[in-house]
This record gives sequence, structure tokens and C-alpha cells, in this order.
Amino acid sequence: MSQSRYMTAAKYFLLFDFLKGFKLGMKYFFAPKATLNYPHEKGPLSPRFRGEHALRRYPNGEERCIACKLCEAVCPAQAITIDAEPRDDGSRRTTRYDIDMTKCIFCGFCQEACPVDAIVEGPNFEYSTETREELFYDKEKLLSNGDRWEAEIARNLELDAPYR
Amino acid sequence: MAEFFNTGLGMVLLILAQCLLVLVPLLLALAFLMYADRKIWAAVMKRKGPNVVGVFGLMQSFADFLKYIVKEVVVPAGADKTVFFLAPMITFVLAVISWAVIPFNDGWVLSNINVAILYVFAVSSLEVYGVIMGGWASNSKYPFLGSLRSAAQMISYEVSIGLIIIGVVISSGSLNFGEIVRAQDGGYGLLSWYWLPHFPMVFLFFISALAETNRPPFDLPEAESELVAGYQVEYSSTPFLLFMIGELMAVVLMCALTTLLFFGGWLSPIPGLPDGIFWMVSKMFIVFFFFSMVKAITPRYRYDQLMRLGWKVFLPMSLVWVVFVAFMAKFEAFGGAYARWAVGG
Repeated sequence: MSQSRYMTAAKYFLLFDFLKGFKLGMKYFFAPKATLNYPHEKGPLSPRFRGEHALRRYPNGEERCIACKLCEAVCPAQAITIDAEPRDDGSRRTTRYDIDMTKCIFCGFCQEACPVDAIVEGPNFEYSTETREELFYDKEKLLSNGDRWEAEIARNLELDAPYR
Repeated sequence: MAEFFNTGLGMVLLILAQCLLVLVPLLLALAFLMYADRKIWAAVMKRKGPNVVGVFGLMQSFADFLKYIVKEVVVPAGADKTVFFLAPMITFVLAVISWAVIPFNDGWVLSNINVAILYVFAVSSLEVYGVIMGGWASNSKYPFLGSLRSAAQMISYEVSIGLIIIGVVISSGSLNFGEIVRAQDGGYGLLSWYWLPHFPMVFLFFISALAETNRPPFDLPEAESELVAGYQVEYSSTPFLLFMIGELMAVVLMCALTTLLFFGGWLSPIPGLPDGIFWMVSKMFIVFFFFSMVKAITPRYRYDQLMRLGWKVFLPMSLVWVVFVAFMAKFEAFGGAYARWAVGG
């Protein structure tokens, strides 16, 4: 649709576009605000959300990880390092389970690969640190994450189970 | 007591007190205007804006102020130190001294000089020096480009602002702000103010004021997408704060000028209601609201568009308007609306 030159000129001198913009601006001025007051309010998270890693335990307190190293093998960023040897009771356990969180790309392959649901990506995403070294997670850190987030992780796994 | 204020020292103290009486409320108001600006801008974008510091974030500007003054002052290597620090001071001082002649109420003016409007015009012309010096002394590419743009822009739009002011001056017959406002007191409330006889010029003045104070959509000197922050790039801490205050003060000055020239200053819009500083301040705030809204709703002009608008549209229009007003005033058209001084109204 083309307008005559006179129409264009009239609109130009009457600041037509500006007035239209002003009307729209005032409409939004009184519209409900979309802002989330972040630390106090948070947006919803899907049960599939892939956040900070955690190593889970069985209800009796035994750690789930059996050192199969599938996660280490599947990790595309090679962020996981695992060492393993038999424990005193003969079961195979990890002696070292490190995740370099600065390498991790949060693809979720490790939790897909895990046959015992030991390594999972929990709902926590607020784990920023002041130094790089703090982001080199070891087994102890991951297990404590698991203890801390177990309730949320278990609920998310249950909610997501029908789709797996 | 009265004798004391007639002595030299008493006079100095009295003038200092008067200056502080204007400056302190002005700077305080500026802090809240900064906040209002950000709130309005945010509201149009469906954001909440600053809401953490103090009730509804009202103390945000003071938090920012504290932050600015405790930061480190970084001087770029190779910068001309004297000029580098002179520039923000000049911007700030020039923005402040204009207020000496702005009346807030009948007779409430620091210096009631006859050439007040020329004085304000001269001072606002000088403001370009702060920008140019800042850009040049930084010894850096972007600030220099930004300041060059700014210089051209401010000079271009001063021409049309000057011509628009000439129209008003013809109508009021005085260069004194008090006289200009009193000339608008015609007994019909807001209908006798100059915005009606000078209707198109109100918009031209407003838009030129936007360009003159480097506000969006004419904030080319500090176009973030191309020039990072223009002439302010190398500035930090208190010098940057001075630039910011100076700029905002110039914006508020333009609000005051618009109010005084076209919207009757302290006169009440409805005949019968008392005139007073309340009207002056609320009119200034309404004009400031439009400044903020324009910032929120308009995209930035391209440089050639800015120059085209200034020289090919505004300059001819305001020039024709001066001639038109002169004729209208000479022949006392529309009951002397263009020359109330001439018919004694």
C-alpha cells in the first residue's frame, strides 16, 4: 500500500509516527510489568532442567556410583575424570570422581549414560564462585551436592520417569 | 540585621545563601529526576526499573552517586591532563550557572538581568566546549569522533533554537524571563500562553532541545552501538559523574526554558487559581516526562538524517516563522496575540 506524497509529507510534519509511538508507549507504561525480582522471585524450572551435578546415594547411605566409567566415556567435553579400585568389602567404587565444571557443557549425557542414576544434573544453577579452582568439583563435593539436593532430584526423576 | 546585609560581607553571604537555595534543591531534584527518567524508561519497556535501594528504589541515585565518587579515577596514558579534568568541570559549571537567571516564581530569580535569554543561550552554546575538550583530551579515537559529532550537532540546532527564541522575544518584547512570562499573563489561563500563537514552534523547540542536550533520539555523540559512549569513554569516577550531572542539568534547563517561553512559567493554567512555584515545577516535570518518553519510544537518528532535519527542515521553518511573527506583531493580528506588549495587554 503506497501513500501519496502529500499524505507522507503531512504525516511527517504532524509527527504522526511519533504520536503513534507515544500512544503505544503509554499503553505499555501502564501494562503489568514482566520483571522478575530475581533473588526474591524465580522462574519455574522443568524437571528436566540440567543444572549443577550431584552424585546420589541409595536410601541406606551407600553411594550409587559403581565406577563403570560410562559417563567419563560419553562426556563430549571430557570434563569427567574417574579412578577406581575395589573397596575393602570387594565392591568396585571410585577413588576419584572429578568434574571440571568449567569444561562441562551441561549436555546431560552423563546422567543418560549412568546405569544406576548415580550422576545427575540437579535443579541448582546458582553455584557461581569467586575462583576458577572452586569449580573443579571432586567426589566429596559432588556427594555433598547429592545429599543437599536429593529431595528435589528424586522428585524431578519421578516426574520425568513417564517420558523415559 | 538589615544593616549587616548592606555591608560588603553581608551581601556576599546573602548571595551565597541564595545560590545555595537554588542549587541544593536543584541537585536534589536532579537525583530524583534521574530516578524518574529510569523508571519511565523502564515502564515503557515493561520493566520495573530501579526498585531495590530505599522505598521503591528512591535512593538509587544516591547509591549511584556514592559508587561514582569512590571509584578510581583513570587517566588514559597520553591524555592532556589539564584539559581532561577541565572538560567535565566546564560541563558541570556551565550547566549550573544558567540557573542564575531562571525565575521560579514572580521575582524569585538570582540575577534579574535584562538579557537573561541571551545569557542562557550564550552559556548553552559554550557547553559544546566541555564535550569537545573531553573528546580531544582523552587522546582516543571514539571520544574524538563522538565529540566532533556532538560539536556539529549542537551548533546546528542552536541556530534553530535561536530563531525560535527570537519569535518569542518579538512577541513578548523583552529578553528578561520575568517579562516574557508576564507577557503571557493574558487572563485566559493556559490559552493566553505562547504555546498557542507559537504552536508549531513548541515542537520545533522541544526537538531542538533534545538535539542540543544530546538526548535520544539525537544521542549520536554517545551512540553506544558505534562509539561505545562517545566523548565519555575514557572518563570514570567523579569526572564522569560531573559529565552526567551536567548533561541532566542541561536537560532540566531545557525543560525550564520550554516552560518559561511557551507554557507561562509560574502562571496558573486556570484563571482564578493562584500563580506560584508549584505550577513552574509541575510544568517542568511534565516537559521532563516527555523528554523521557521520547527517549523510550524513538529509535536513534542517523547522522545525515540529523543534519538534514536541522538544516533543511528546522532552519527554514523557524526562519519563516520569525518573519511570520514579525508581521503578526507589526499588524497586531489576532487581538495582538503575537505582540501583547505592543497593545498594552
